[in-house]
Amino acid sequence: MSPATIWAWFTDPAQWSGADGIPNRLAEHLAYTAITLLIGLVIAIPLGAWVGHTGRLRWLITGANAMRAVPSLGLLFAVSMFVGPLIQSDLAFVIPSIVVLVLLAVPPLLSGVYAGIESVDPAARDAARGMGMTGWQVLTRVELPCALPLSLSGLRSATLQVIATATIAASVSLGGLGRYLIDGLASRDYVQMVCGSILVAALALVADLLLAAVERYAVSPGISGRSVGVARSRSSRTGEGSRPDPSGATRSTSPASTAT
Amino acid sequence: MIRFEGVTKRYGDADSGSADGGSPGEGGGDPGSVAVDNLTLEAPTGQITVLVGPSGCGKTTTLRMVNRMVTPTSGTISVDGRDTASMDVAELRRGMGYVIQHAGLFPHRTVVDNVMTVPRLLGVDKRQARSRAMELIERVGLDPAMARRYPAQLSGGQQQRVGVARALAADPPVMLMDEPFSAVDPVVREQLQNEFLRLQSELGKTILFVTHDIDEAVKLGDQVAVLRVGGVLAQLASPAKLLADPVDDFVAGFVGRDRGYRALSFAAAPELSLTDEPTVRLRATGEQVRAIGSPWVLAVGDAGEPVGWVRAAAVDHEVTRDLLHRGGTVASTAGSLRALLDAALSSPSGRGVVADDDGRLVGTITAAEVVPAIEARRSATTAGELPEGASTR
Amino acid sequence: MTWALDHLSEILTRAGQHAWLAGLPLVLGLVIALPLGWLASRTSWLRASLLTTTGLLYTIPSLALFILLPSILGTKILDPVNVIVAMTIYTVALLTRTVADGLSSVDPSTRQAAIAMGYGGFARFRAVDLPLAVPVIAAGLRVAAVSNVSIVSVASLIGISQLGYFLTDGYARSFPTEVWVGIIACLLLALVFDLVIQVVSRALTPWTRAVAA
Repeated sequence: MSPATIWAWFTDPAQWSGADGIPNRLAEHLAYTAITLLIGLVIAIPLGAWVGHTGRLRWLITGANAMRAVPSLGLLFAVSMFVGPLIQSDLAFVIPSIVVLVLLAVPPLLSGVYAGIESVDPAARDAARGMGMTGWQVLTRVELPCALPLSLSGLRSATLQVIATATIAASVSLGGLGRYLIDGLASRDYVQMVCGSILVAALALVADLLLAAVERYAVSPGISGRSVGVARSRSSRTGEGSRPDPSGATRSTSPASTAT
Repeated sequence: MIRFEGVTKRYGDADSGSADGGSPGEGGGDPGSVAVDNLTLEAPTGQITVLVGPSGCGKTTTLRMVNRMVTPTSGTISVDGRDTASMDVAELRRGMGYVIQHAGLFPHRTVVDNVMTVPRLLGVDKRQARSRAMELIERVGLDPAMARRYPAQLSGGQQQRVGVARALAADPPVMLMDEPFSAVDPVVREQLQNEFLRLQSELGKTILFVTHDIDEAVKLGDQVAVLRVGGVLAQLASPAKLLADPVDDFVAGFVGRDRGYRALSFAAAPELSLTDEPTVRLRATGEQVRAIGSPWVLAVGDAGEPVGWVRAAAVDHEVTRDLLHRGGTVASTAGSLRALLDAALSSPSGRGVVADDDGRLVGTITAAEVVPAIEARRSATTAGELPEGASTR
Repeated sequence: MTWALDHLSEILTRAGQHAWLAGLPLVLGLVIALPLGWLASRTSWLRASLLTTTGLLYTIPSLALFILLPSILGTKILDPVNVIVAMTIYTVALLTRTVADGLSSVDPSTRQAAIAMGYGGFARFRAVDLPLAVPVIAAGLRVAAVSNVSIVSVASLIGISQLGYFLTDGYARSFPTEVWVGIIACLLLALVFDLVIQVVSRALTPWTRAVAA
């Protein structure tokens, strides 16, 4: 197989239209990823913020992190076999996959938000309360903005993990870019597999770079400027203990906060 | 006025005070331990009351009970007659400036946004809050160009100034300050202390100030409360009284060495007859200097301000600044006995230089002439008459 | 349970293969990441470029990497070497940052003292920096180990024999027990890796216990 065959595959007009075409597969993949991350954020932000702010139920974070040891492929098959038969429509493939993807996305998101809030300078938190901020104001005006770098690190981890696992989910009949890999494997169409892989890798790279750009834009320069180094050494130090590194997902550690 | 009445804080049993996230400060460790024990104390309006003591004496806990960062186990704390327990906690805190050791600035906000925090919480409109903040930033001695920087770009001393500006932003009548100057180096600390006193002389806030540094307490306090471990008030007195008359061994030990000498800081210099000192101008010739006939001659500047002593034998052509001895201090006529004595002791001629408020030379005085004034004051003190309002800074 | 007992020897064989595919890259990755991390901890521009590059490698989804590697390496798609190489890449990507962080986390005063005593360059790295960085590196290694065990199971989709086989086979045969056995076996293997790393790390750093006691 040469670059020419790969080029020929990509330039074949048949690849660019219809349900099997690249635009549709890419759109599906993006849709799964977006839905999963949206659900994951809806779960993880309030939960992580609440645990970080109140310091209660910290075992939730530990538990979520322990879940990362479950092999995603196994989880995918187990949930599909359990949930799939209960659903009598086309969604029979989609729902179990989304459930698994959410289960995989939540731990990095959750520990990102939690670790971010936990890393807020206690003096800043004390000052915020002392000057008369309500608990909600402390959370929204001080803790969450300060937690943004680690939260976004978590989001990058989760995004990569979801993009990768959505590929695998083609083996339980989910659409998306994974179809090229799984279908190619079944029909021994090696060119299709390689081209699919290139697409997935490219998507993952682009998504990660986009999120890195968002991180640069969204995080206050007061935090990203000099304190990035502080946050980093702090998280590596907590890594010594039993708690895994907040940004270290089992599948994907994002390159985390890009070096400035 | 902040008033503590029989206030006790016990940690460990059904503690609601630290449950809302605050660290209990010192003395909050073992369960059931008493951090503050039946404290009754008044911090008068417009004055600085300093809480001082070793670690574990409950001074921070005491401070934090005022804005209910810590809830007292029993007793009441009132501010200007209102029981703090009955007030809305956010309203209570917004009405008090709060300054802490490491400033606690918000890292994600610029300096000016940090200073605007409380006015914005109180609903002041943005432009008004901003102009007020800019005014305060200058007032605490920061370059207005710093306003757009982030806390991480400031030195520790600058951060602390921002912390003070932020606490003053809503112009609260009461300020709570928890070791605000203890995390900076001694030179910066002294600057901050002096500017703090200048600011207070303009603003006249009711201030409760926590420190572990007795020198700081004595320097800043209108009154000083010494606490012992376990949160028991050992002595509440003016700095002069504290130095002159510690109630027990603990306070005496805590107040430390040289307290006899340090106490002179609080004794205003009485009217003493000063000796006229013959002087020379800068650029005076060697003959002019030696004509005075003293081994050390005082040089003055154009406005008659003393600039330093010069050794007559060392002048070849004329008196230049290079030749001046730099060791001597200058006492003010409005100064303290300590300043007078120090001027005499530090002068190479043995004659202490005294200047008036405008810095012009008035005369000189020797240590031997100061000592009788100290003796006279001692007899007044032992008669139970500490001159009130004699405190000078 | 009975199914697992009946297939015990097969489970153990596949567990051995799984351990090899996940464990060897851990060792190889550490060997490669140590010098890289050391370089990254010394110069800031190298740190930025090395960590960005290794970070980007980590973004490539595992299944894609398993499929792409044969055409790059010239191996057959069923060759386990592909998995070893892929897992080594992931391990290096993870550990370079950890090693750099670990070396940077050494107390500057300790390092100054070492320099003052005349330790230079490599000798200081070996005698002072590296031992003190062991706890941080071990923490990173634990994350990498758990991650590797999980990712290796994906290789069963392209037909490489290890514990992941029970997942794909169980799903294909609609036989949940087999899937659960596969999951539990993977978890146990991850646990074993984790324990081994912890034990080794503790043995290498007796002073951390002295502080705790």
